[in-house]
Amino acid sequence: MAHGPAKGLTRWLYTTNHKDIGSMYLWFSFAMFFLGGIFALVIRAELFQPGLQIVEPNFFNQMTTMHGLVMVFGAVMPAFVGLANWMVPLMIGAPDMALPRMNNWSFWILPFAFAMLSSTLFMTGGAPNFGWTFYAPLSTTYAPPSVTFFIFAIHIMGASSIMGAINIIATILNMRAPGMTLMKMPMFVWTWLITAFLLIAVMPVLAGAVTMMLMDIHFGTSFFDAAGGGDPVLFQHVFWFFGHPEVYIMILPAFGIVSAIIPTFARKPLFGYSSMVYATAAIAILSFVVWAHHMFTVGMPIAGELFFMWATMLISVPTGVKIFNWVATMFKGSMTFETPMLFSIAFVILFTIGGFSGVMLAIAPADFQYHDTYFVVAHFHYVLVPGAIFSITAGVYYWLPKWSGRMYNETMGKVHFWLAFIGLNVTFFPMHFSGLAGMPRRIPDYNMMFADWNMISSVGAVLFGAAQLVFLYNVISTILSGKKATDEVWDNPEGLEWTVPSPAPYHTFTEPPAIK
Amino acid sequence: MKLAWPDKPTTRLALQLGLVGCGMFVFAIWIMPPLYDAFCDITGLNGKTGDKYQSVASKIDTSRVIDVQFIATNNDGMPWKFSPEIKQVSVHPGEQTRINYVAHNPTDKDMVGQAIPSLVPYKAVNFFHKTECFCFEQQALLAGKDAILPMIFIIDQDIPKHIKTITLSYTLFDVTERFSKDELLNMVHEGP
Repeated sequence: MAHGPAKGLTRWLYTTNHKDIGSMYLWFSFAMFFLGGIFALVIRAELFQPGLQIVEPNFFNQMTTMHGLVMVFGAVMPAFVGLANWMVPLMIGAPDMALPRMNNWSFWILPFAFAMLSSTLFMTGGAPNFGWTFYAPLSTTYAPPSVTFFIFAIHIMGASSIMGAINIIATILNMRAPGMTLMKMPMFVWTWLITAFLLIAVMPVLAGAVTMMLMDIHFGTSFFDAAGGGDPVLFQHVFWFFGHPEVYIMILPAFGIVSAIIPTFARKPLFGYSSMVYATAAIAILSFVVWAHHMFTVGMPIAGELFFMWATMLISVPTGVKIFNWVATMFKGSMTFETPMLFSIAFVILFTIGGFSGVMLAIAPADFQYHDTYFVVAHFHYVLVPGAIFSITAGVYYWLPKWSGRMYNETMGKVHFWLAFIGLNVTFFPMHFSGLAGMPRRIPDYNMMFADWNMISSVGAVLFGAAQLVFLYNVISTILSGKKATDEVWDNPEGLEWTVPSPAPYHTFTEPPAIK
Repeated sequence: MKLAWPDKPTTRLALQLGLVGCGMFVFAIWIMPPLYDAFCDITGLNGKTGDKYQSVASKIDTSRVIDVQFIATNNDGMPWKFSPEIKQVSVHPGEQTRINYVAHNPTDKDMVGQAIPSLVPYKAVNFFHKTECFCFEQQALLAGKDAILPMIFIIDQDIPKHIKTITLSYTLFDVTERFSKDELLNMVHEGP
């Protein structure tokens, strides 16, 4: 076991070690999180007061677009892949990922994709300015010239995600330690298995959508151009056929993380394990038949509106099962409130609020009022920030002692949590009100009547941003100078990852562990 | 030659999953758009009226009157003057009716336009037949010229009873860039 990591830069360039690659994914995602956060702060600074103060409207649109793209494809998705790289082999007792060379490749093409996407900010005509959903013809006929770079960046990100997903499925299905049956796998492994199937099914559809855009722009086809016999509404159908499963790609692994953390700090096994597995699968399957609830206002027959409305509402049943199970796990448990647990409890509460506003939006007749308002912005930030971001944060605090062998500063963690929790609610809760009052999305200027809510949102955004600096400082100081962590780290946690020493050695489970 | 299918389970699974990915890409580009077109065609959902209709001998249903309204819209950047000669006609189902749109190219360059129809209510789409329409092909107009654009239609006798008004909209797109100068001139000479 003397074989350790190579020295110098080439260790990171050539590595096929799942722990190295997982760390690189996580650091990359952290960097993108701050980049997307800066874009968000530009948006909030402009919206601090009505009128145009800081940026041009066109640059404002570039900021909303880039914020969405960077956060979705650069921050949330790579963070989950990074966690999967680190934790899936450790959780199933495998020595590494099934396809380590492809693993290296799927990570290393990502920085190039995002360098290309970010470089559009400096191009003539500016970066993409058509929103992260890039509806045609805004993204074709009326797009800035940089759209071609955007298209190829999306292609590369898609290739990376698909390779990552193939790798994760191959690892989970082929590399489990003897005795680790499917129904013994930790929930995080289950949710990632299902997420990976979603990725393989829909990332190629996204690639198809941008390829059709590319052909419309450069090769004279008319997929989305009515003048040539195409239809712009087709774009929305193709995009949301990808887009709806995509939003579950960004939440299912979060369910897995929270399902690992809550039992540890409630000191009770997860309530209703098998119902959790089936609920996750049900959510994934339903995600393919609800896409048109994003486009109730395009002009659908009443039968279509009703179908997509009911199918969408059906999703709240398996989601409700999960919320119930987390609450039941905590019920009568001997709970303690370390930082990962605080983030997980906030996840359960705030994700439920986001779920409720989702049910409101699912009501087709009501959606005609909410469509494209800040109510939608409030809804998806309530599911994504406390959903994806809080769960990733919780996961980092939970497993960082295992990764680095050092304990983070608990007080600083709690300060981070409370700042982030207050900042998030101050930022996004008022958006419900401005949205219901009619404030449209993606505008740099707005009516005076929305001024107060926007000012509150902007103050909250600064607070939330500051909280993340505490997080960054805490992570770095832990790695450099934290107190030594024990192998178990927590009080009798469940899972194979706690049976290896802290920090986890470069090679683990070269001999498969015995599964009880 | 026997296709080499790897024995190693991991490689085999990875290959299968990769093929599924490729299949979904093909699905997005080559299957979803035609499927969408077919779906719209059957339901009339996107308001696109059908191709040239061969009229069949049939009775005119004088017991019903349907108002047909005409709208003209210029797509962004299209400088032509484009409008229907009359805004509304009242017709009986089964009756063949001709109306005209007029177009004028006020610019100093020769141009080609393409009109795209859209009809509401969408349940009337498959009962609105055109035996002749300028929208079936592109229209070329030399600089400063006018054109009369005819459209002949029949409303099917089987049109649902509750439909009393139909609105037909044409949006005119500038498609000059898709044609060469020669093609444009040919189009003008062939024209009516």
